[in-house]
Amino acid sequence: MSILFVLIPLSLALVGFAGWGFFWAVNAGQFDDLESPGWDALRDDPPNNDSSDD
Amino acid sequence: MNLCFHCGEPLRGSTLFARIEQRDEPVCCTGCQAVAELIAGSGLGDFYRYRDGNSVRPRESDHEDKWRVYADPRFAAQFTRTTKERTSVTLLIEGLRCSACSWLIDQVLRRHAGVHDVSVNAATGRASIVWDDAKLNLADIMRSIAQLGYAPHPLTDETVTRALREERRDSLKRLAVAGFGMMQVMMFAVAVYSAELANEIMEPKLLDYFRKVSLLVATPVMFYAGAPILLSAWNSLRSRSVGMDVPVGIALLLAYGASVWNTFEGAGGEVYFDSVTMFIFFLTLGRFVQMSIRQHTAGVTDALARQLPSITHRVGENGVEDVPVTSLRIGDVIQVRRGEVLPADGQLLDSEAHIDEAMLTGESLPVCRRVGERVVAGTLNVDGPVKIAITALGADTALSHIVSLMQRAQTYKPALARNADLAAAKFLGYVLMGAGLTCAAWLAIDPSQAFAATLAVLVVACPCAFAIAMPAALASATANLRRHGILLTDPDALESLAKVDHIVFDKTGTLTRGELRISRCVPLAGVNEPHCLQIAALLEQASEHPLARAFAPYLHKGAVENLQTVAGRGVQGRIDGRLYRIGAPDFVTELCQDKRPPASPPESIGSVVMLGDEQRALAWFELTDSLRAGAADAVTQLRSLHIEPQILSGDGQLAVQAVAQRCGITEHFARQSAQQKLTHVLDLQKRGKRVAVIGDGVNDAPVLGAADVSIAMGRGAALAHASAGLVLVSDNLAALPEAVLLARRTLRIAKQNLLWAALYNLGSIPLAALGFIPPWLAALGMSLSSVAVMLNSSRLLPRAPRRTTVPTVIAAAPLRETTA
Repeated sequence: MSILFVLIPLSLALVGFAGWGFFWAVNAGQFDDLESPGWDALRDDPPNNDSSDD
Repeated sequence: MNLCFHCGEPLRGSTLFARIEQRDEPVCCTGCQAVAELIAGSGLGDFYRYRDGNSVRPRESDHEDKWRVYADPRFAAQFTRTTKERTSVTLLIEGLRCSACSWLIDQVLRRHAGVHDVSVNAATGRASIVWDDAKLNLADIMRSIAQLGYAPHPLTDETVTRALREERRDSLKRLAVAGFGMMQVMMFAVAVYSAELANEIMEPKLLDYFRKVSLLVATPVMFYAGAPILLSAWNSLRSRSVGMDVPVGIALLLAYGASVWNTFEGAGGEVYFDSVTMFIFFLTLGRFVQMSIRQHTAGVTDALARQLPSITHRVGENGVEDVPVTSLRIGDVIQVRRGEVLPADGQLLDSEAHIDEAMLTGESLPVCRRVGERVVAGTLNVDGPVKIAITALGADTALSHIVSLMQRAQTYKPALARNADLAAAKFLGYVLMGAGLTCAAWLAIDPSQAFAATLAVLVVACPCAFAIAMPAALASATANLRRHGILLTDPDALESLAKVDHIVFDKTGTLTRGELRISRCVPLAGVNEPHCLQIAALLEQASEHPLARAFAPYLHKGAVENLQTVAGRGVQGRIDGRLYRIGAPDFVTELCQDKRPPASPPESIGSVVMLGDEQRALAWFELTDSLRAGAADAVTQLRSLHIEPQILSGDGQLAVQAVAQRCGITEHFARQSAQQKLTHVLDLQKRGKRVAVIGDGVNDAPVLGAADVSIAMGRGAALAHASAGLVLVSDNLAALPEAVLLARRTLRIAKQNLLWAALYNLGSIPLAALGFIPPWLAALGMSLSSVAVMLNSSRLLPRAPRRTTVPTVIAAAPLRETTA
């Protein structure tokens, strides 16, 4: 059972990493709007063709 | 099949077409045609394939010139923020209904040179745009959005938006911490419980390790995710009241404190980290669901701002100049052009005008105001430009008075929620007393069991199931309502809707479409009906008077010469060499050689216009508002649910009677002012009736506030939304009986939930107090009772699952073809 002394801290580290990732995503506005960005994929022109995109 | 491709309104004979992706699609008016061709012409025809519903019909009176004032950097500065070459603005976009709309706006704005970033949020109806001020100005941006048929409004105060966003982000993070933490702690707890159940003794070292790890995980859950609960418990204690959070907070602190103590001080005592984290997760989840529902309606905070324009045309010494409304003073003279909203109360100076006062009085037809008469802010000028001397501004206007009336009316609201809170507080008081008694009794009998028993009482009696009984049912019902096109903005509304026995319709815009239609044509001089209609349509085609639009369906080929509009009276023009006039009867008879009116106007329920040529009067036209589809069915169904419908309207007696007859409503009251409507509803309530009110104008806001449950139409005034409990987003009245049925089912299920939670709590407290329930079992029981409540509530969810995203793309195109 001593493997638990390694595995549990490992799992906690993973949880911590996942939590950090989630916080980053929330702060970066990834969860502000869950619908509209899905439509970006329908953009026909590649963004580079457009002079307005920089 | 005869529906406009763009806005979905009936074509009514319009022969206009828009060329979209090599196909000719029928459209109802030139506005829709222009927008549809603009969208297709920019290669964005996909919009029509992916949108969820019809688009808004563009307002025909919008002229380009309106946006020019935003080109002035000083004026624009009050809405924008600038940081070296980057200017940003947040716009509230009226008419933004689905994700496809936001995609469209995004696409069009990005084509402008100088636009750095665009983000359009369909959920809140807001767009934020970042651009280079050297290449582009705010006017260009607003104009491009307006060209698509949406109405952009700059938001001056972004703090509200930001606060809402922060609140949402914050609770998401707390929910994530609680969820992750609960899963981890539960994993360790299951290991420990399995050992106990199997009657095996766990290695003390391992047990100690498990406890310390659990403590490590539970601490952020307790003090980060649980912070709002602990704070709210503390606040309600400080104000000497017992809120729902007080026993929860005490139980959490006790359980956590004891667990920490037992973790470090010997293996004898129990630890309750699993109960603590699970508890916090469930509570946080409930709060998150409630907050999401509440935020969905955040748009209404800008209601009043949207009502009044932000710029106006002041008549000064050096001619007319565009100025912000905030710089106006009493006594200033302003010019209000056709189709503009009056920014302030004032006196008409130069000519009489037709004013659409629907927002204030509910009168669906424009009323004529003569020189010197008072006109009020928030109303719409439907004629040519008029000059107005300002008499009242801002908080002194009639509109503001109505708003304050509405606020006062809202205090009449039955305090159902307060009663529930009161009952809960009493119950919680008993729980705390019970826990205290348990502790004292056990200390006298067997001090070693005192702590476990007290904790068990606090945990088992925690009204968690009780607390989520209503919110869980409400959340499911809200999801179901949204499928029917109804937005629940006030949780109390559903409860009240289930008990309603009277429903009061405001005629304008609720039972009717709010749009005029020719209901009768009486030819006078032996001319046939289609010919009269044809001439009338030709004459009216260029007019922007609301009456004129009714003739559009009858427009066929033909040419008019010398078309002349006489403000407030009518139109004159030459067709095939003959001079015709259409409009007010006296205006038309002026032209006729036969000066006497040929026949008295027909007994009419709407407005009447006359057509005539140089010899004689040719025809009468009667224009009435048409009934909404499904209005009569909805009334019949409501009656079968034992709900008595009534009409309470600001319109004239005949018009109200006609609508009432066509829907089958017997009780109707005409010419009601906002004050009378309020009195009527209060009277009904005094007689013990429970009243639902459906309205759409600003004038309805006070009545909506006083009703037991208030329902606003989706296309109505934003202010009406602000005071309504339910919003019929789809404008479909057939959803109303459905909503009542659902509300009754929701109430039944919520009662079952409450009964079950009460039985569980009352049954388990004595057992826990007697020491039969160890805290871990108490926590399990508490969770199971919550799960039972959740499962019961899920019966309210819509049965058929929503279409998944993949088939939508394929299925949407043929679906549209069958409906369009």
